[in-house]
Amino acid sequence: MKLKSLLVGLGLLAGVGAAQAADDPFKVGFVYVGPVGDLGWSYEHDRGRQELEKYFGDKIETTYVENVPEGADAERVITQLAKSGNDLIFSTSFGFMNPTLKVAKRFPKVTFEHATGYKRSKNMGTYVLRTYEGRYVSGVAAGMLTETNTIGYIGSFPIPEVIRDINSSFMAAKSVNPDVTMKIVWVNSWYDPGKETDAANALMDQGVDVLLQHTDSPAPLIAAEKRGKRAIGQASDQSSFAPTAHVFSVRDDWAPYYIKVTQAVMDGTYEPSDFWGGFHEDMLSLASINDNLPADVRAKIDETYAKIKSGEFHPFTGPIKDNKGNIVVAEGHTLTDTELAQVNWYVEGITDEIPR
Amino acid sequence: MDIDLITQVLFAAIKTGTPLLFIALGEAICEKTGVLNLGQEGMMLMGAVVGFMAAYGTGNAGFGLLGAMLIGMVMSLIFGFLVLHLGANQVATGLALTIFGTGLSAFIGSSVVGQTIAGFQPVYIPVLSDLPVVGKVLFSHDLLVYLAIVLAVVIAWVANKTRVGLTIKAVGENPHAANAIGIKVLRVRYLAVMFGGAMAGLGGAYMSLVYTPMWVENMTAGRGWIALALVVFASWRIGNIVLGAYLFGLASIMHLVLQGMGWSISPNLLAMLPYVATIVVMVIISADKFKEKLLAPRSLGKPFDPRQMA
Repeated sequence: MKLKSLLVGLGLLAGVGAAQAADDPFKVGFVYVGPVGDLGWSYEHDRGRQELEKYFGDKIETTYVENVPEGADAERVITQLAKSGNDLIFSTSFGFMNPTLKVAKRFPKVTFEHATGYKRSKNMGTYVLRTYEGRYVSGVAAGMLTETNTIGYIGSFPIPEVIRDINSSFMAAKSVNPDVTMKIVWVNSWYDPGKETDAANALMDQGVDVLLQHTDSPAPLIAAEKRGKRAIGQASDQSSFAPTAHVFSVRDDWAPYYIKVTQAVMDGTYEPSDFWGGFHEDMLSLASINDNLPADVRAKIDETYAKIKSGEFHPFTGPIKDNKGNIVVAEGHTLTDTELAQVNWYVEGITDEIPR
Repeated sequence: MDIDLITQVLFAAIKTGTPLLFIALGEAICEKTGVLNLGQEGMMLMGAVVGFMAAYGTGNAGFGLLGAMLIGMVMSLIFGFLVLHLGANQVATGLALTIFGTGLSAFIGSSVVGQTIAGFQPVYIPVLSDLPVVGKVLFSHDLLVYLAIVLAVVIAWVANKTRVGLTIKAVGENPHAANAIGIKVLRVRYLAVMFGGAMAGLGGAYMSLVYTPMWVENMTAGRGWIALALVVFASWRIGNIVLGAYLFGLASIMHLVLQGMGWSISPNLLAMLPYVATIVVMVIISADKFKEKLLAPRSLGKPFDPRQMA
């Protein structure tokens, strides 16, 4: 994998170098954690990149490096992109946070944007999706659809984003089904179809009949389809993998943000910020809601979506207690974006402990 | 943990171990003749993508298997030509093969991303499949699970009880002596490398036709490497490989099941389970052979040139 990234990077360098001679387009680089063909997280970022290219045409040039491991390797890849003349670099996974920050300090003239992180600097901003909004609607659907009153959550890594979304899903399920319980399994990977299948089966073996996932492959949907259970798609429209089991997919759309930031950097008006996009900005949407859902479930999905989109409802509005009985969100308070990025507790009713 | 869950866990363990078993069996034979092929992951991915495309195109999973074995053999021939004919470094060439296979499979597979197929369904065996517990654990699998077991038995027999097995051993232990008594060392190695390729292709096809019947880039997620380690831990013994593969399957399932049951152990620690379990058991199994170190074939990784003397 290391070698591959290196080779891809070198290939990019060569390609970029050759193109530079002609005109001097604005250069944007992307770093992906998975393959662009994952049909999930990285796939959607790449779709955003393609939209960006379409929007600006000849004025810009984009390159990407896929399958970049989180850690030391990432630093090298980001450095290479910066060295090869990119004006703006998007690094699109939580684990790229520290490497991006380090490189940003060394290349003050290049603008860096990091997805899902919380560290910023003079030339590094962050952007993130309000995935908890999609998860809340998922939780509502799961709570209504479960017959065993047990829903399952396949987690990647116990980072605030994932923990927050587990809470959001569970509060939503509980709001429509007071008897519901949730089982959580961590697979320690963003992308491992085999392991995600194993996790899905392990959950279904223990009575789970609706699956939510915070990993990027469609494997859990396929597993659910095989066993006549339900599952909710992640990041991208995954309905084709499970025509019957698929409830809906929470789809990411990064293009609006990529276009906005690129324009700002080109115009010289860019200021690093902490950007959050969700239903309201149309950066999250519900894709391919299944026609086979009962009418009341469908109605509740639409209603919840509309309420969150309009800002009428925010999932993290107090009072909220954690599962040890402490009040973590006071009555009348709604978590700020900064607080949302630091959630490290499970809500009341989740019997698990957060792995440390 | 009730009996139903135990049944499910054991059933899943056998399924999870099967792709590893295919690859490890092929690599074991390859290594027994003295050739170390680190390209398993690349051959596996090519097997997965070609197998999927063949099954998708023809609507017949059997063609998928055939295609996967063929592409595995083609890939291994590239490797064979470089290391056997040209005497290239086996480790470097194997790594290159993995990188090549990973990239090429992503490239040719892009047209079938997002498609699904029926794949192989479990076969029903009269009487046996209906047995309580045992029926579910052992006799309700798909054809490939049984194929892997049959292949393991056949390979064990060939390796330990036949002249072919002796030839393989001779080539791996001392190619110059084998050459002196008239064994065509390079031909034996070519055949072993191709056999390893076909098995890696099968392992890949198991992923894309049975395990998760779809194709996505890099879907094997490092299983080729695990199989390589398995061969070493099993000290090149077929029986140990079979045991190790299923044990690895069990450990990787347990780590997920225990979490679902609410064990508050760090998932990182649990994720280590398969590897730790494999190591521990292999150490115990080979305890009485400790003095013989790892029992590696003596010429492993060394190129053979008949013009040079040992």
